Amino acid sequence: MAETAAAHAPGAVEHEGPNYIAVFIYLTLLTGAELGVYGLGLPKPVMVGALVALALAKATLVAMYFMHLAIERKGLWVVAATPLVIIAFCYFMLRPDLSRRSWASHPEDMVIGHHEAPETGGMPQVPQGNALSNSDQPAGSQVGQPNPAPAGGESPSGTAASPAPEGGAAQPPANP
Amino acid sequence: MSQAAAIDTHAHGEGFHDELEPSLTPGNSGKLGMWVFLAGDAMTFGAGIAAYGALRWYNVNWPNPADWLGITLTAIMTFILICSSLTMVEALSGVEHGNMGKMRGFLALTVLGGIVFLGCQAFEWHHLIMGEGLSIKTSLFSATFFILTGFHGMHVSGGVIYLSSVLLGSLGKEASHHQVKVVEVAGLYWHFVDLVWILIFTFVYLI
Repeated sequence: MAETAAAHAPGAVEHEGPNYIAVFIYLTLLTGAELGVYGLGLPKPVMVGALVALALAKATLVAMYFMHLAIERKGLWVVAATPLVIIAFCYFMLRPDLSRRSWASHPEDMVIGHHEAPETGGMPQVPQGNALSNSDQPAGSQVGQPNPAPAGGESPSGTAASPAPEGGAAQPPANP
Repeated sequence: MSQAAAIDTHAHGEGFHDELEPSLTPGNSGKLGMWVFLAGDAMTFGAGIAAYGALRWYNVNWPNPADWLGITLTAIMTFILICSSLTMVEALSGVEHGNMGKMRGFLALTVLGGIVFLGCQAFEWHHLIMGEGLSIKTSLFSATFFILTGFHGMHVSGGVIYLSSVLLGSLGKEASHHQVKVVEVAGLYWHFVDLVWILIFTFVYLI
């Protein structure tokens, strides 16, 4: 995988380059795969999982070969990987917080889109009960399904900021 | 290129060796600086995307993105950015091999790719703002959309200016170790911009 002789020329960077065209072709194919998965109309959890996997694969290719992370010192990987840890924390710390917001309990009060888009895209029927409170739902589960568990544990909007221990006592732990 | 090593070692600390703690990026401390900057930037984008994901998870009323956003144009934009990453890395390869003509040509193509991307983004925004009446304060959906894509668009704009500066600064200069370092660092930034777009395209448009 070398651009060989010039790698030893004076002043040249000492690493050999990967085959950039091959990486480009892989990226294009993965983009096509993403569009294919998108167009297939798979069940939502499967589609989301496939798309996330494809996106991460593309991101990894760009980072490893275009940004040369694969041939850098491993200490640099720590610099590059730190945001991933932080982002994971950010997402999983937001979820229990957001699940206790009033509009999570009473979605019918919350206007998300200003347009009533045509039937397909308009406000879906909000089922009875609170579909959103239990973050124990597996990732990608249909959020619209009524949740027999302790949606009743959700207090009305006035106490949306109920502290975690109180919430934890009333319902299953927020973190899966 | 043989005088390049002589030019560079004389003052810029490239020859500084710390026996106790070798550099993470030997020979190019700008590269480490750029990586650290990109890590911070990734946290900003990541927080934005994570917040978008968390908000969307808890809102059954979230509009279907396909009802509002054009996937075809965005797919083309994604492809354009991937091509521009390729041209960027070819520009780096050019300067590493002492071929300034190749470097400038591919760098110009990269800048062009960025400009075309921005044009497509502007077209899309124009349609959403003028045609559909969306704005950043219309709804949570539109707010997260405009903030994420707008913040990314800002980065692309900055990258276009950055790369143009590198390109103009290279005019009349011969290939040197310094040029290699400059182009390499600029390339890191550009690839980062592409990487973030790959994630935004997936999470905002497709999912």
